[in-house]
Order: sequence, then C-alpha cells, then structure tokens
Amino acid sequence: MGELLRQTWTIARKDLLLEFRSRTAIVSAVVFTALVLTVFNFGRDPTAVSALDLAPSILWVTFTFAAMLGLNRAFQLELENQAIEGLLISPLDRRSLYWGKLLANLRSFVAVVEAVGLPLFVLFFNVPVGHVLLPLLAVMALATLGFVAVGTLFSAMVVRTRFAELMLPVLLLPFLLLPLTYAVQATARLLADRPLSEVAGWLRLLAAYDIVFLAVASWLFPYTVDE
Amino acid sequence: MLWAEGLRHAFNEGRVVALDDVSFNLAAGQTLAIFGPNGAGKTTLLKVLAGLIRPQAGSARVAGGRRAIGWIGHQSQLYGHLSVRENLLFWASLYGVPRAERGARATDVLARLGMTDRAEQPVWSLSRGLVQRAAIAKALIHEPRVLLLDEPFTGLDLGAAAELRALLAALRGAGRALVLTTHNVDEGAELATDVAFQLRGRFVQYAPRAGRGSAEIAEAYRRAVAGTNG
Repeated sequence: MGELLRQTWTIARKDLLLEFRSRTAIVSAVVFTALVLTVFNFGRDPTAVSALDLAPSILWVTFTFAAMLGLNRAFQLELENQAIEGLLISPLDRRSLYWGKLLANLRSFVAVVEAVGLPLFVLFFNVPVGHVLLPLLAVMALATLGFVAVGTLFSAMVVRTRFAELMLPVLLLPFLLLPLTYAVQATARLLADRPLSEVAGWLRLLAAYDIVFLAVASWLFPYTVDE
Repeated sequence: MLWAEGLRHAFNEGRVVALDDVSFNLAAGQTLAIFGPNGAGKTTLLKVLAGLIRPQAGSARVAGGRRAIGWIGHQSQLYGHLSVRENLLFWASLYGVPRAERGARATDVLARLGMTDRAEQPVWSLSRGLVQRAAIAKALIHEPRVLLLDEPFTGLDLGAAAELRALLAALRGAGRALVLTTHNVDEGAELATDVAFQLRGRFVQYAPRAGRGSAEIAEAYRRAVAGTNG
C-alpha cells in the first residue's frame, strides 16, 4: 500500500510539474470556461427565462466541456517521446498510474477551472452563492470526482486511437449524464434556497456514483493500458 | 539472467508474423546482437522481453523482473518540459531508488555520460545526440541488470556512436546482460558475444560470435537475407 501511494504521488507530482511548465491544459480550460460563460451571459434573453432557472445547467455544462479539454491532455503528454512505454516497462503499479493521473486531473480541474469558473458564474448571472457556498462546494467536489474518475479511464482508453480528441467526448458524455443530472438538481435546489434536506439525496447519489466508478475504473484501468 | 522459450507473436490476425518460435537465454556479461531488416520483428521481441507485449505463445523471463530491465529505444521516453535531472529523479523514484540515493545516482550517471553541464536543461532544448545520451542515463539510473537496446545508434554521429559502444562494452564488462537489435551489422557486431539473424520473425541463425569479425558476420548476414528472400 505504501508503495502504491508513493508511486501515485510520483506520477501526480510529475504531471502537475509538467502542467505548471507548459500550462497547456489549464490555460485552454480556463479560457474556454470564461468564454462559454460570457457567451451564455450575452446569448440569453433575461426577460424570457430567469437566470436562476438557467444558471445550474449552464454552470455544469460549462464545467463538463472544460473538463474534456483537461482530460484529453492527461495521457497525451505520455505520448511525447513514448514516455508511456517507459512507464509500462517500469515496475509502476498500473493502479498508481490511474490514481496519479486522477489526482493531477482533480488538482488542475478543481483548483483552477472551478476556482475561476465559479466567481465568473456569480458575476455574470448575478446569483448569490455566499449563503450556500459550503454545500455548493460539496456538490462541486463530488461531481468533479465522478467526472474525473470516469474521464481518466476513458482518456487512457482513447489516447492511442486515431481521433482521440473526438473519441473522448463521444465515449465519456453518456457516462457523465448521471452525475451531471445529480449536480444540476442539487445546484438548482441550493440556488433556490430550498432546505438542505432536499439536496442531501442528490449528494448521496453523487457519492454513490463516485464510489462505484472509482472502484470500477481502478479495476479496469490496467486492462486499458496493457497491450 | 534472461530466458525466452518458443516465443510466437503475429499481428493483423496472424497475417504478419513478428516472432516465430524464438528461443534463447543470456547470462550475466553476455551481449546478444540481433540483426535483421526492418519489419523482421526485432522491436516486437524486445517489447515481449520488456513485458510490453504478451506473446501469443511461449514465455520470456528476466531475473529480477521489471525492476531489473533498462530500455533504450528509438524514443527517449523523457518529458520535454522537465530538465534532464528532473527526468532522472522521476524515473529513479518509479524504480524504487531510495530518496537519499537519487541525487547522487543522477549526478554519477550524468558525469559518466559527459552531461553534467546539461543537467538543468529541459530535454526539449537538447540536440538529438544529447537526447539519446539522456535516454541512456535514464535507462541506467536504477542500475538494471539487463539492458534492452532497440536500434540505440540511430541518430548518433560517429563520435557519439563510438562513445555509446564504449559505454555498452563497459556495462557488459560489469556483468550486465545486453540484448541489442540493429539492422547495421558494423554497429553491433563488435559488442556481441552472441549473434542472431532474425528474418520474418524467426532466428535463422543463433550462435556465439566465436571470434568472428564484423566483416565475416556481415557476409553471413547478407547470405542469410539473400537465402530467405530467394
């Protein structure tokens, strides 16, 4: 177990260092988030549908597609100079590779995309979130974990295929429908000032999705990377 | 130190035979040079030995498992945006080199390869020859007992190729087992203790070098290729 954790951290640390140096995925995901929120802000008719009704869907659709950009990059950086072969020849436990990539994706996505996206969302849609910030952060954390758990697996599956950037959304989006629905429902209730008891059920569903897909993805991952 | 028994592997639903009943074993201090034209299955053989490809039949085993293998191939397997030293520390960590030893190991291997002054340079800024040297440093950082070398001289100038041959000879002298593939007999013959000609996946000749010079091996190789094509 200690070796698994040590290798996981080695992979995550390397990925974060590479992302910090190149800034490829983070910059593109942040710019994408800002642009999509801006487009939605100017592209809606505020007299037809209230911001409160639209906001949860817009927030989560934006985060979902921004996540695709980051997830696409997760294994592509291993194709540079065929580093992936070096990883597979080494005594690295395949599960460590999965968990290391997952950690790095979470860090990139949560720390940057959502940290930038949420304030922009509040600014553009004039939706106060201060009073529900903690439960909203819980929804974001659980939904993001589910997205990244499945996305990291599919990112590894498609990386050596042709048209990987097209394949990832096609394969991944059907699996994100459930957490996306749960997250939108929970966010809508939070923004509408509904009692927390109405949100708890959605949070439990998100947590259940995370547990199931973390376990399944961790189990399946070695089969996706070995030839 | 390295055993391969009855290896068979084919691609495209059996239409392209990459390995056809390949067997050999290698002891410490031995170097097997495998010569063959492009598409003969040399890289597939090394990938099977490294555990990257599971053969459809037969088995391969390396004493000490994955931890004992060092790989030098066409691609450096290095991260362009990390410095040479950062790359070495990363791979040392993956191979379980104790944290306290990693820095000293990296310094030592870089000095042996004449790259001390390049240690902090990002890999993307190095020339092809220097990248290949950095790749060799990466392959040696965990002091592997078996080195798998897939066309290691590709892209090196004459001086760098001679340096690499000297380094590999020293590693063989230090008790490492080496498996080297190349299509250029002159590059690999002088390092070899054993020689194999691989054609269409099969070892058509596999014998100790037994004092044969490069010219003699090259002539035998030409005859083998002509015989197979004819």
